[in-house]
Amino acid sequence: MSETHGGKPGTINDASKRYASGVLKYTQMGYWEPDYVPKDTDVLCLFRITPQEGVDPEEAAAAVAGESSTATWTVVWTDRLTACEKYRAKAYRVDPVPGNPEQYFAYIAYDLDLFEPGSIANLTASIIGNVFGFKALKALRLEDMRLPVAYVKTFPGPATGIVVERERLDKFGRPLLGATTKPKLGLSGKNYGRVVYEALRGGLDFVKDDENINSQPFMHWRDRFLYCMEAVNRAQAATGEVKGHYLNVTAATMEDMYERATFAKELGSAIIMIDLVIGYTAIQSMANFARKNDLILHLHRAGHGTYTRQKSHGISFRVISKWMRLAGVDHIHAGTVVGKLEGDPNMVQGFYNVLREDKNEVDLQRGIFFEQNWASLRKVMPVASGGIHAGQMHQLLHYLGEDVVLQFGGGTIGHPDGIAAGATANRVALEAMVLARNEGRDIWNEGPAILAAAARHCAPLKAAINTWGDITFNYASTDTPDVVATPNVG
Amino acid sequence: MRITQGTFSFLPDLTDAQIQGQIEYALSKGWAVSLEYTDDPHPRNTYWEMFGQPMFDQKDAAKVMVALESCRKTWPNHYLKVNAFDSTAGWESLRLSFIVNRPQKEPGFRLTRTEGGGRNLSYTTQAYGTDNPEGERY
Repeated sequence: MSETHGGKPGTINDASKRYASGVLKYTQMGYWEPDYVPKDTDVLCLFRITPQEGVDPEEAAAAVAGESSTATWTVVWTDRLTACEKYRAKAYRVDPVPGNPEQYFAYIAYDLDLFEPGSIANLTASIIGNVFGFKALKALRLEDMRLPVAYVKTFPGPATGIVVERERLDKFGRPLLGATTKPKLGLSGKNYGRVVYEALRGGLDFVKDDENINSQPFMHWRDRFLYCMEAVNRAQAATGEVKGHYLNVTAATMEDMYERATFAKELGSAIIMIDLVIGYTAIQSMANFARKNDLILHLHRAGHGTYTRQKSHGISFRVISKWMRLAGVDHIHAGTVVGKLEGDPNMVQGFYNVLREDKNEVDLQRGIFFEQNWASLRKVMPVASGGIHAGQMHQLLHYLGEDVVLQFGGGTIGHPDGIAAGATANRVALEAMVLARNEGRDIWNEGPAILAAAARHCAPLKAAINTWGDITFNYASTDTPDVVATPNVG
Repeated sequence: MRITQGTFSFLPDLTDAQIQGQIEYALSKGWAVSLEYTDDPHPRNTYWEMFGQPMFDQKDAAKVMVALESCRKTWPNHYLKVNAFDSTAGWESLRLSFIVNRPQKEPGFRLTRTEGGGRNLSYTTQAYGTDNPEGERY
């Protein structure tokens, strides 16, 4: 029934047979094309597929290509009213996943015209729309994407970006320091502002609302905003430094979010914050707002762990990072390596590279399967938050570099001598480590000694090291790269 | 008070050897070092006075230190900072900026609150030092 022709093994080329009513295999319908050479303008995806028993990997890859582009479960003659060859996604390569005999990496190319310019909602409705529930697969994961320059250029990108953020804050040469107000729930506005003031006065650059601080019975949003801005301005005057507090404007509706963001702007806040759960369209709208009003836009990745953590199914966080750079956020939580939350060092560095580099080269160890040219789109500042403390400063600087916000929530507020002392400890540890690195010292090995030396002129740092010096979170990561030392895949 | 602008303000004042170490680091990265001074340390005073042009062609840290010494002699009681500028595409801004001289006494800032409707406050930060005209401040 099927015949091989050109680069599409299995494809039925006799149109009368190809478009006869009934059900065909996806390879027969033309979604498998191993000779296809991707165009510079194609959107490319790498999926990790786990086919059901008896489904061969090429058919499974073709099915993913079909279900994420033009196919439905049966043949439709109306395909012939279109340039259907162009609109069909093409699975062009399938590799076994090293060490996972059930799984395959499937490369799929999509024509640029399948997507609305500048719309993450439209891009994702195709790429992750229906296909993740498809029965012929046990599991499916979107590992990486290559966005062609032609598509990248349809997005305005980060409202502010790393360089302009640094210029606005007048802070160069070191990671920025932040903290999330704790306890995250229950503080009144007045007490909440106290935490913000102490932490900023003590040496942090930013304090942050938590993802679920919106407008609850214990603290309404306007109270939070007014008290936090008192704290920010008071700390600015006390230190002579620009300070900020990420005012979370996440709310039930866009109207509410605009109202809150407008109030934040009127109060002179440098930065506002949103949560990933508000959705891609709302994020793009808030990025437009931030761009028009000279606000830095901080994104908390609330909810991502539901679909990014397990290796067999979902979406890699590096893809979310790419989408968010396009969508236009300035900050995004992207892992700490050493803290309490999931994060293999290579994978986290991969996310950071996606957010910060002008161009990403293929880097399988870090999960980057495609070259990605960002075409001068501004850079996103990654945020490391969750279970980190001053005693890890050398590791944080080593793994994460200097264009990052290091957020020490518990590691500031839980300091035995108070919040300001906790902030000072972190700032001194950071500056001492940057100074030593710049002097050419081996901070990875000498880090503890550098911290101990700095603690001699800083009692709060000494207390911090005594309290948390040995705290680590050593658990195996679930999201790790699957590559062999010498890649033999293609 | 101690103004904490700049990369290393939380550390004890850097020695000349430490300053030179940072300049050597900047030069090794291909960045251009420049010197700036001011007697208006407002956190949003972006344009400190330039002590000459950025030293784009100066690759010798010792010679930068000579320029710094001359700047200190000219402005002994001002804020001075060392900047390192990276002209790489996609950055084209500072990579490092740290204070290397301060007035003997730093009086700090006055915060003025102006009450508005709905409990809104508008804030103004002003350095006590800038109450006097330029040149007579510290």
